[in-house]
Amino acid sequence: MSSDTALRADALGKRFGRRGRWALRDCAFNLPTGRVCAVVGPNGAGKSTLLALAAGLTGPTAGALTVLGTTAAQARPRVGYVAQDKPLYPQLTVAETLRMGADLNPGRWDAELAGHIVKELDATARVRTLSGGQRTRVALALALGKRPELLLLDEPMADLDPLARHELMGTLMGQAAMHGTTIVLSSHVIAELEDSCDHLLLVAGGQVRLAGEIDELLGAHLRVSGAASADLAPHTVIESRVTGRQLTALIRPAGPLTDDWRTAAPSLEELVLAHLRDAGAPNPTEERAA
Amino acid sequence: MVEYRIDRHSGVATYVQIVQQTKQALRLGLLRPGDRLPTAREVVEATAINPNTVLKAYRELEREGLVEARRGLGTFVRRALGAAPADSPLRTELEDWARRADAAGLEREDVAALFTAVLDKHFQGDPS
Repeated sequence: MSSDTALRADALGKRFGRRGRWALRDCAFNLPTGRVCAVVGPNGAGKSTLLALAAGLTGPTAGALTVLGTTAAQARPRVGYVAQDKPLYPQLTVAETLRMGADLNPGRWDAELAGHIVKELDATARVRTLSGGQRTRVALALALGKRPELLLLDEPMADLDPLARHELMGTLMGQAAMHGTTIVLSSHVIAELEDSCDHLLLVAGGQVRLAGEIDELLGAHLRVSGAASADLAPHTVIESRVTGRQLTALIRPAGPLTDDWRTAAPSLEELVLAHLRDAGAPNPTEERAA
Repeated sequence: MVEYRIDRHSGVATYVQIVQQTKQALRLGLLRPGDRLPTAREVVEATAINPNTVLKAYRELEREGLVEARRGLGTFVRRALGAAPADSPLRTELEDWARRADAAGLEREDVAALFTAVLDKHFQGDPS
């Protein structure tokens, strides 16, 4: 296992209960270190399960997930994780919570960074009196103060106002720039991730639908429009729609297109939505990961 | 020091926006040879964009010979661009012209259209 891989899944599966439903099944992907990876997909797709597996909170039912070159359990001291519900001790104050972070992470704790993230909060306020957004800040301060090599954030921005989101995303990007921290964050809001993330993991129905560098994925797809009667073979059609005499489609071209098609580069959001609507589309990264 | 503004809806790739804004600052003399560009960290903390995007833009500027990366120190401007610093006589003339256009009752869009037309006439096939 090379040390430049942050996460690697091989036939990864997770089932809750012996007869329960598979939350994840047959997932294979590779996330190199130093990336900022967006995990996107509909509710119940398996995003949170994937992050919990990477954080070592639960073990896989099938296959394997390698974290920073080792098992999720062994990687834990080097991994920061913020769960969706931002678990904290409600009776502790902000200052006490950070002191706990320092005690739990001897030799790694960055008090200055943690303090910076909660700088607008009253240090003597108890966690239970904080708003959702303020609690998010405390949870992120705990995770970032640990100076993790891999930071796992489950819906980190959901409770934050636009200004706080921008500021926090800036802090996260600053960490990535300065320490090469690998960041994996899940979100529903794709547009909000487009400028910050360089890697994509699209999860739907417990499976990885699309995985890879965002630039490469965008470059491998085209938005085309032409006459409804035209044939798109031999290209792979992810999604197509006919309106009157016009056909518009998102395709993965197998070669150059003929002149009767108008083409444009898709946005990340268009790419993700098309793949979500067509959950049966073959995954181009599967061959590469194999 | 230059500060980048990223417009998500411009349709221009983010790294290209950084390249263009750097060149604009070089043309206007806001950045001069020897000046340091902001570090990737400074740019991403202010804009929340991905650090690799900044590095890609800086590599492009370096490839064009406009800046150079000095290890551990930062990225520095090597040469200026164009011949129209912010305080040149040409700019003064353009200011006079814009004032006359305003006095003649032209709207901003009229002036922009006029200027673009003249620009296109004299600078064909020279987009940036």
